[in-house]
Amino acid sequence: MKLTKATPHITQNEDLIFERSRRGRIGYRLPELDVEEAPLDALIPRELRRDDDLEGVPEVSEVDVVRHFTRLSTWNYAVDHGMYPLGSCTMKYNPRLNERIARLAGFADLHPLTPEEDAQGALQVIYELQEHLAEITGLPGVSLQPAAGAHGEMTGIMMIRAFLDARDGKRHGRSVMIIPDSAHGTNPASAHLSGFKVKTVKTTPEGLTDLDQLRELCATGDVAGLMLTNPNTLGLFEKEIREICRIVHDAGGLVYMDGANMNALVGWARPGDMGVDVIHLNLHKTFSTPHGGGGPGSGPCCCTKELEPFLPVPRVVRDGDRFRLDYDRPHSIGRVKAFYGNFGMALRALAYILTHGPDGLREATETAVLNARYLAHHLASDYERPYDAPPMHEVVFTDKRQARKGVHTLDIAKRLIDYGFHPPTIYFPLIVQGAMLIEPTESVGREELDQFIEAMRSIAREAEEDPELVRSAPHTTRISRLDEASAARRPILRWRPEN
Amino acid sequence: MAAYVPEDLHYSKDHEWIRVEGDTGIIGITDHAQQSLGDIVYVELPRVGDTFAAHDAFGSVESVKAVSEVYAPVSGEVIEVNESLQDEPEKVNADPYGEGWMIRIRLSDPSEIDSLLTAAEYEDYIRQEIE
Repeated sequence: MKLTKATPHITQNEDLIFERSRRGRIGYRLPELDVEEAPLDALIPRELRRDDDLEGVPEVSEVDVVRHFTRLSTWNYAVDHGMYPLGSCTMKYNPRLNERIARLAGFADLHPLTPEEDAQGALQVIYELQEHLAEITGLPGVSLQPAAGAHGEMTGIMMIRAFLDARDGKRHGRSVMIIPDSAHGTNPASAHLSGFKVKTVKTTPEGLTDLDQLRELCATGDVAGLMLTNPNTLGLFEKEIREICRIVHDAGGLVYMDGANMNALVGWARPGDMGVDVIHLNLHKTFSTPHGGGGPGSGPCCCTKELEPFLPVPRVVRDGDRFRLDYDRPHSIGRVKAFYGNFGMALRALAYILTHGPDGLREATETAVLNARYLAHHLASDYERPYDAPPMHEVVFTDKRQARKGVHTLDIAKRLIDYGFHPPTIYFPLIVQGAMLIEPTESVGREELDQFIEAMRSIAREAEEDPELVRSAPHTTRISRLDEASAARRPILRWRPEN
Repeated sequence: MAAYVPEDLHYSKDHEWIRVEGDTGIIGITDHAQQSLGDIVYVELPRVGDTFAAHDAFGSVESVKAVSEVYAPVSGEVIEVNESLQDEPEKVNADPYGEGWMIRIRLSDPSEIDSLLTAAEYEDYIRQEIE
């Protein structure tokens, strides 16, 4: 059969840069000294110097380095290659305009310790992005400090803790954070690290939070709050979100929303209007800043007026037409990151928001949801969906039908690589056996969606007719299946010459 | 591959088994559980002396797919832990009812055993779960 491939693979293997090292080879040449030579001991004390002449550091030429890393980069798959349907990750296109703005010398070369009066433009960027995020979420207090999603989560949970301590006194005994069984693993981790005990609320057969169980869990008087993703990780909108917030609030708790799935809501629905108290956003998901490859990420926290005093310091505030850093916030949880967050990401996100405008943002949301529903519709004949409700920006399927032929989710994901696509998120959410969570985002056109659908259907046919072909995939990559179990059980984390 | 379900054990709906020996019980995860999890790469277990109520999470297993909690089928105090799983978590895959055992507890209420599933009931339960 003929495969339609979206990306080529370089088939040769590549030595480690350490193995390319040749003694004495260097990648630089220094000019003649034009000052008097001084003894090294007079310049750098001996105890501060390493005495092994950089033993073990690869000795290579510049071209060796460039070619080595360029070749390695071709083994990668990136959003600039094609559709990257990792559910819950919102791998959307990173507009080139964002990159151009972020590289403007006035921003890119600005030192973070520049005095306020000489950094007015940068402070204005932070302030204006805060204002836009406040409008988009319906939550007026914003901090751009958190470096990524889980960091934003923990910041939000620390704020809830500080708020409860201030409201109810330190011995309030509110020790429980309620988290749905469909949540991202970072949610219980953030709650646990902030000193809360996690209790799990189950998902109903319809794929939504079980309100009866939530009421029971809230009846014990020790509830600090609820951490909820909306739409949830099954791609379904929690229709009863107002009631959910009311139940938690009546019990004296606060509602934290994981904003990972905001790409389904921007411009159409605001967490603040739903009753949410604090949310983090992922600028590297919803607002088109680079995701993966080190990003870096950015996970701003947005909160209600009541929680605002607890936001990290410094806050960026406006006095007339001047902007300044405000450290005088006695209730603040303190600083959560050096300086002011990943500022380059704030610039890109602001560029994204301003170039789209309100109508453009609404349209992006609409297209993201439409694309997911298009996939849900066209794949329904070949793959089973565990929940029937129309999905929002992502859709979950299972391997139930294919499993009868011994073909499982991992095999389907690996086979997709042969068709030139990055696989979707697999085996998450944990409550769906053999889950495939597919999020196309708005960045994919109809043609590529159709190509993806055709690939998935073709794999479903292969699973029926030639299951071994799928089970042994991928067939067109440099190497096929990695031994993930050995890599996790007995990892080799350091190269040594004798290896 | 159909999961093996030994006759002489009691089972929980969370896929743990318990082998009752006097007033103690040995606990592990079932063959079906290890098959669903895939290659297990790390096992986190409690300390001797820790106590758990029935349905409390007493530890977790990490496979190449995900981390899952392991629940105590009945209440009790941990009196022995299978330390060898630290270095050889693969025993849980290879021999879930033998060398892959996890903890031994002193039962605080032996009558709780009656609420668990028999081998036949557990077999029905996993068959329904698959279908």
